[in-house]
Amino acid sequence: MGGFFSVAWAVAARQVYKYFANPAFLAPAFFPIFFFVAFAGGLTRVGDVPGFDYAAGYIAFQFVWALLQAVAMGGAFTGFSIAGDFENGFARRLMLAASDRRGIILGYTLASLVRATMTGTLVTVVALIAGMPIIGGFDFFGLIGLAILVNVAATLFGAGIAMLLRTQQAGPVIRTPIFLVLFLAPVFVPLNLLSGWIEILARFNPFTTILGAARGFLAGTPVGVLPAYSIGLGLVVLFALWALYGLRRAEKTGG
Amino acid sequence: MNSSLLVQILSLARRSTLRTLRQPAVMVSALVFPMMFYTINAYGLDAATKIPGFPADSYKDFAFAFPLVQASLFGAITAGSDLARDIESGFFDRLSLTPMRPSALLLGMLAGVVALGLIQGVIFLIMGLLFGVDIKSGFPGMLVLILLTVLVSLGFGGIGAMLALRTGSVEAVESAFPLFFVSIFMSSINLPRDLIEADWFRIVATANPISYLVEGLRSLVITGWDAQALALGFGCALAIVVLSLAGASSFLRTRVAR
Repeated sequence: MGGFFSVAWAVAARQVYKYFANPAFLAPAFFPIFFFVAFAGGLTRVGDVPGFDYAAGYIAFQFVWALLQAVAMGGAFTGFSIAGDFENGFARRLMLAASDRRGIILGYTLASLVRATMTGTLVTVVALIAGMPIIGGFDFFGLIGLAILVNVAATLFGAGIAMLLRTQQAGPVIRTPIFLVLFLAPVFVPLNLLSGWIEILARFNPFTTILGAARGFLAGTPVGVLPAYSIGLGLVVLFALWALYGLRRAEKTGG
Repeated sequence: MNSSLLVQILSLARRSTLRTLRQPAVMVSALVFPMMFYTINAYGLDAATKIPGFPADSYKDFAFAFPLVQASLFGAITAGSDLARDIESGFFDRLSLTPMRPSALLLGMLAGVVALGLIQGVIFLIMGLLFGVDIKSGFPGMLVLILLTVLVSLGFGGIGAMLALRTGSVEAVESAFPLFFVSIFMSSINLPRDLIEADWFRIVATANPISYLVEGLRSLVITGWDAQALALGFGCALAIVVLSLAGASSFLRTRVAR
C-alpha cells in the first residue's frame, strides 16, 4: 500500500509543479468564465420569464453551470496531460518505475483536484465581482462537494481514454462527450421551462440532477441532494474502473 | 485582372477548396458544431420568447443567424491556418520563385473561403428549413441571406489571411479562435440589444460589429425586409472585407519583400 501512495504523491507533485510552471494550467477556466460572462451578462432578462423561480437570480443560476463546467474541463485537461505523457514517453518510464501503477491514476486525480481548486476559485471570484449573491450560506459547501465529484469523475473518464489511446489525438474524444453532457442539461433555464427534444435528453442526463442540486445549495434550498451525490459517487466508481481498465490496456501494450 | 492571374487564382482556389473538403475533421467543425450549438440554443432558450417585447414567436427562427456566423468563423480559421501552413512548409516561398504571383495565393485562398461559405450557407439553409425555420422574407430573402453569409465568410477569411500573413504561424492563427468565439457571444446573438439588461453588455454588443451582421441576417428570417438592419449588416460586412483585405495585402507585400 505504501507503494500505491508514494507513486500517487510523486505523480501528483510532478503534475502540480508542471501546472505552476506554466500559466496555461488555468486554461480550463477560460471557456467557463467566458460563457458565464456571455450568458449571465447577455441573458439576465431570461430570469424574468414566467416560471423561472430560481431564488438566487440569473447570475447565480449561470455561475453554478460555469463552475461545474470549469471543474469538469479541468478533468478533461488532465486527460490531455496524461495523453501527452504517453506520447512523449514519460508515461512509459513512469510505468516501469512505479511499484504500484494504480497510484498513477490517483496521482493525476489529486493533481486535477489542485487545478480544479484554482480554476474554480477563479470562476467564483469573477462571479462575485459580477454581483453573484451566496444566499445559501453553509450550503455552499454542498456545492463544493458536488464540484469535487464532477472533477474526479471527469478526470477518471479522461484518464481512461488517454491510457487507451495514448496519443494527444485523444483530445476530442475526451472533450466532446464532456461538452455534450454539460450542454445537454438545463443550461439557460430550469428543467421545467425546457421543451422539445432537449427536455427529454436533459431529463435523462445524470448531470441535470447534479446541476439542480448544486443550484439548490447556492440558493439555500437544497433539492435532490441524495440522488445528486449518489449519481456523483456512482460516476466516480464507474470511471475509476474505466481508468483502471485503460491502465491495464496500457500495461499490456507496454505503455 | 488578366487571364493569367485569373487562371492562377482559380488553380489555387481549387486547391484551397479541395484541401478543406478532404479534411473530415474540418468539415465536421464547419458543419456539425454550428448546427449542434444552434439546436441546443434554439430549444434551450425557447422560453426567452416569453420575455415581453421579444421580436419572434420561435427562438428557432431568432437564433438562425448563429450557425451562419459561427460557420463563417470556422471557415476563416481553417483558411487562415491553411495559408499559415503554406508559409510554414515553404510552399509560399517556393511559389515566390515561380512566375505565379503571390497575390494569387491570397485571392485563391479567399476564393476557397467564399466557396466554403457558399456551401455552408446552402446546407444550413436547407437544414434550417427542414427544422421548420420560417424565413419571413421568402425565397428572395434566402438568396440575400446566403449572399450576406458569403460576405461575412469573406470578411472573416480576410482577417484569417491577415493573421496568417502577419505571423506565418498555424498556432498563432488557431489561437485567435477563442477571441473570434468570444466576439460572437458578446454580441446580440442571444437576445435583441434592447432586451439586454446589463448596461455594460449592451454597450459592448452595440460596439461589436458582429451584432450588426447577426441583426442583418436575422432580420431576413424574423422580420422580412428591414432596410436599416440590412444596410447595417451589409455595410459592416463590406467594411470588414475592405479593411481585412487591405491589411492582408499590406502583410503580403511585407512578406514577399523579406
